[in-house]
Amino acid sequence: MPILISFIKIVMVIFVVILPMVAYSVWAERRVSAVIQERVGPNRVGIPFTKIRLFGLGQPIADGIKFLLKEDFTPGHVNKFYYWLAPALTMVPALLTCAVLPFGSELFGEKMVIADLNVGPLFIFAIASLSVYGIVLAGWASNSKYSFLGGVRSSSQMISYEISLGLSLVPVLLIFGELNLSEIVWEQSKNGWLLLPFWGDGAIWNGGVDRFFLLFPAFIAFIVFTTSIFAETNRLPFDLPECETELVAGYHTEYSSMKFALFFLGEYAAMIIGSGLIVTLFLGGWSLPFGLDAYLMNMTGDPEQIPWWLGLIHIGTFLAKVIVFILFFIWVRWTLPRFRYDQLMRLGWIIFFELALVNIFITAGILILTRGSAS
Amino acid sequence: MAVIVERPKLSILEKFYFPAIMKGLRITLGHAIRILRRKKKVTMQYPEEKWDNNLPEHYRGAPALVTDEHGRERCVSCQLCEFICPPRAITIIPEEIPPEDQWSKVEKRPREFEIDMIRCIYCGMCEEVCPEQAIFLRKDYAISGYTRDEMVHNKKKLYEIGGVREGLVNKWNTLK
Repeated sequence: MPILISFIKIVMVIFVVILPMVAYSVWAERRVSAVIQERVGPNRVGIPFTKIRLFGLGQPIADGIKFLLKEDFTPGHVNKFYYWLAPALTMVPALLTCAVLPFGSELFGEKMVIADLNVGPLFIFAIASLSVYGIVLAGWASNSKYSFLGGVRSSSQMISYEISLGLSLVPVLLIFGELNLSEIVWEQSKNGWLLLPFWGDGAIWNGGVDRFFLLFPAFIAFIVFTTSIFAETNRLPFDLPECETELVAGYHTEYSSMKFALFFLGEYAAMIIGSGLIVTLFLGGWSLPFGLDAYLMNMTGDPEQIPWWLGLIHIGTFLAKVIVFILFFIWVRWTLPRFRYDQLMRLGWIIFFELALVNIFITAGILILTRGSAS
Repeated sequence: MAVIVERPKLSILEKFYFPAIMKGLRITLGHAIRILRRKKKVTMQYPEEKWDNNLPEHYRGAPALVTDEHGRERCVSCQLCEFICPPRAITIIPEEIPPEDQWSKVEKRPREFEIDMIRCIYCGMCEEVCPEQAIFLRKDYAISGYTRDEMVHNKKKLYEIGGVREGLVNKWNTLK
């Protein structure tokens, strides 16, 4: 029975939430970029054979069909095995990481997380690091100079930023003293989000002095983490692996049809999971702000039991926050120009690495001063 | 005297890039909001909305031949346009005007006049070079066809597009 429930959750999350979100974030990317550049963007594809357009919401479906019907060409000069393996290796880790993300509180007494692991962030880092293999393999197996350069750039970039990504999370984990993402969100629901500690025990007027002073390191961690997520997902200020002005299309130059689409979708899936992770760690995951959760739960009488409608609200809140972050990702992409490669490496190794490292000590110092040695 | 341009001194804030990034985000958001509130419109939904009524007088569309108010075809088959045409889109087969014709003193007219619209680059040199004011670039721009043959405008089609044009110099009307 638990297996069946997990199965239902996996199907619901992957096929009902993530994959449509991936498809529609591509659409959102195109529409938002169009709006930023004062264009219109895809607004025509609606319901087929009718004049109904629906703001072009049919575009992702049409794109998907197009990708499936296109010729799947494998060039003669590639290493076939790795060439076929690489797209799967970019898509699968991106989807695997969503296993530990809590996308809601509880629904009918069932925790809204696929795998309630006690090592959530570690699991995510372990799996997310695998996605670099997809890109490196694509670069090597394609046997083309553009792909190769893209793969090399990508691997060095992802390895560099993984360090600051990991280190910037340490203060967050120090503050919560917890590695289980569901518990972290519960804590934030009760005592204030990490970046907004203004209710429960986290509020300064309720004795949450530590949380107030911890806002500063939390904000640094947030900046470093968000920027590193940008770099990890190869999004625009850091999209050197595929910068089309220099490398045609980088590591997926030699790919066509659905294999190319897998790279494309893998990037967006990684973006969605990254947004989900940022939201979960810094902005309270599925929880409503200002102690509304506790208020609504008390209203129903039983503070331990979450009614089904509140569970749905929580899922909706989580999705709304993630969508806001995706829009932020898109907004940044169409604002900032691409970094030069040495600037990228400098930012990663000289600024973010040190900043994240110092941030750990600042956090530890504040924790010792405010909570004492007991915690 | 050599002028030495000082490199600008960046303040600490500027060195952090952060204010610049915020400024950039504000600019893009401003553009987005402006277009979302329909304050500004730069795109036209092409097949439904068209430029046709706003085309400037000097618009260079499809080249066409014209007849004048006397019903005379103005082209005298001098073939200057054929020679100047950069992509060699124009082919003219001249013929002599029979002596019993009212305009026999013009001597030549095109038997066939073909413009290959696949080749035409709408440069307007044929119009410029024409000593007879016979060929003009009209405002038609959506030239399409299912075959290559359809894309070659023959004499009949060219006169159909060009139509009658009045008020041109009529140098063949006076007696000589």
